[in-house]
Amino acid sequence: MAPREGKLKVAILGSGNIGSDLLSKVLRSDLLECTLFIGRNLASRGIARAAAMGVPVSDGSVEAIENDPDVCDLVFDATSALSHIRHAEVLERLGKTVIDMTPSNLGRMCIPAVNLQECLEYPNVNMVTCGGQATIPIAHVIGAVHGEAEYIEVVSQIASRSAGPATRVNLDEYIETTERGIIAFSGCRRSKAILNLNPAQPPVDMQATVYARVDEPDLERLTAAVDEMVEKVGVYVPGYELIVPPTVENGRIAVMVRVRGRGDYLPSYAGNLDIINCAAVAVAEGHARMTGSVQGEGAR
Amino acid sequence: MKELLVTDITLRDGNHAVAHQLTEHQLSVYAEAAEAAGMPIVEVGHGNGIGASSMQVGESLLSDADMLRVVRGKLKKSRMSIHVIPGFATINKDLRPAIEAGVDVIRVASHCTEADITERHITFAREQGKEVYGVLMMSHMASKEVLLEEARKMEQYGAEGVVLMDSAGAYLPKDVRDKISLLAEELNIPVGFHAHNNMGMAVANSLTAAESGAYIVDGASRGFGAGAGNAQLEALIAVLERYGYSTGIDLYGALDAGDVAQRELVEVVPSATSTSIVSGMAGVFSAFSKPVERISKEYGVDPRDVFFELGRRGIVAGQEDIILEVAQQLSEEAAKK
Repeated sequence: MAPREGKLKVAILGSGNIGSDLLSKVLRSDLLECTLFIGRNLASRGIARAAAMGVPVSDGSVEAIENDPDVCDLVFDATSALSHIRHAEVLERLGKTVIDMTPSNLGRMCIPAVNLQECLEYPNVNMVTCGGQATIPIAHVIGAVHGEAEYIEVVSQIASRSAGPATRVNLDEYIETTERGIIAFSGCRRSKAILNLNPAQPPVDMQATVYARVDEPDLERLTAAVDEMVEKVGVYVPGYELIVPPTVENGRIAVMVRVRGRGDYLPSYAGNLDIINCAAVAVAEGHARMTGSVQGEGAR
Repeated sequence: MKELLVTDITLRDGNHAVAHQLTEHQLSVYAEAAEAAGMPIVEVGHGNGIGASSMQVGESLLSDADMLRVVRGKLKKSRMSIHVIPGFATINKDLRPAIEAGVDVIRVASHCTEADITERHITFAREQGKEVYGVLMMSHMASKEVLLEEARKMEQYGAEGVVLMDSAGAYLPKDVRDKISLLAEELNIPVGFHAHNNMGMAVANSLTAAESGAYIVDGASRGFGAGAGNAQLEALIAVLERYGYSTGIDLYGALDAGDVAQRELVEVVPSATSTSIVSGMAGVFSAFSKPVERISKEYGVDPRDVFFELGRRGIVAGQEDIILEVAQQLSEEAAKK
């Protein structure tokens, strides 16, 4: 199927939960066109679903792009951190823009509400972690309002059912990547990330708490800045909601957010997967707008 | 005589009772008493284990490294143990340094339905040649069949035993019998039980566990532990002696350790207070009692209502942040009435 005029051609590498949910979001976008959906097995559920939706599919890994370099301009890598290291090399050689969904720590860390414009200059951007996408916008605001935070800690609750085998075996990488992201985006001196899996039925929504210790909490300014940030994130993550506004309790600031997913490929409780995909699509759309305006096609 | 392995958790679970503020002196004098009593395993650390010091569950006075150093210096025959929860503690930041600090026994814990998050930590600890147990926390929340399935995963990862924790003090003797006897029959590795005393059942439940085939039982001197405390170690040892179990622990030594705990560690001897009883009935983690009481007071809500709401939501250990949300919600609802 030929890409429609003005749409950015994207390929999705990885046909698991993340890749399949990304596909739904790309198909909804006015700015993006999925020109190749790549897995490892043509009989897999993800590939079969994509093919049924009329999307070109392949089981050829990154070589599918290498063999047909014009197939896409941008690649979402939804495989694993280890695979991404190999893919990144090939895609860099091909001159593709890469949005990395894995905790590989290779590319520029991106939280669209904070640094989207800057990230559009980088050929490889990393989407940090699901917990990072939910909490870093708040951590960033806490740092910005108070100059410097001594310590920021984030705690995420996700439904057990939304945590697949890869998430479970990579908890340490999740924690370490999230902690690095908190420091990078808030300027705090120390950070800590905690993840709780909750098996309750019906499954719980993803929610996250950001705690901070600062010299003098400025609740008035913080509340206004948090409201503004929640609105900014809400533009690309419709289910992002503030549930406990900035509160000082026991000598610490606490802020809580909830993320309900759009229920595209995964149920709405899997807000953790939804938010990182929404963020990635926001970056890809940023590229589409930039390319569109350069070519004068007015993708908007 | 049937043998039992008793783990002295005074210096770990007891840290919950003092908001993780145990001092070097306290660790030191108690570790000496535990060594003198011949406690086979002495567990030490933040109440939620290594790497857990945080705003979420409380910041400890001492670093993990300091706690391990002090206790290591006092133990000779007794083995030093740590509690490790993946999601809080990582291998690189926490587990590896603890092993370098001379830990002998590593107990890797998860919520009772989430054993697969313990795979990497258990495997790593075994590769380092350590004695490793799996721990299923909040085990009242899953059926015996689910617990067996989760325990089998831990066995497959290399755990040398699996401990069921009654983290909320919600078990009655019948529950202990059902769950422990199934695991003891079906697993190829020993089974353990860790009691809390929310409804006054800790020693009786621990005895029931032993009678149902458990090989490992946990206890704390004077019951010094989260919420209403744990099985009182010195009483448990007396009971087990009466029942003809051999623990290798000297009775007078254990009684002396209890006295040291009361004199040096314990601010208030743990008891089944109103909130602890409700915590047990609601099936909420015992260590929530301190933050629930503090936050309920601040928001002018009944801590018992907070516990029942947390129980209704199925909140698990480590989710202390939800207390604030629930207290705010209850206080808003009260204002509307």
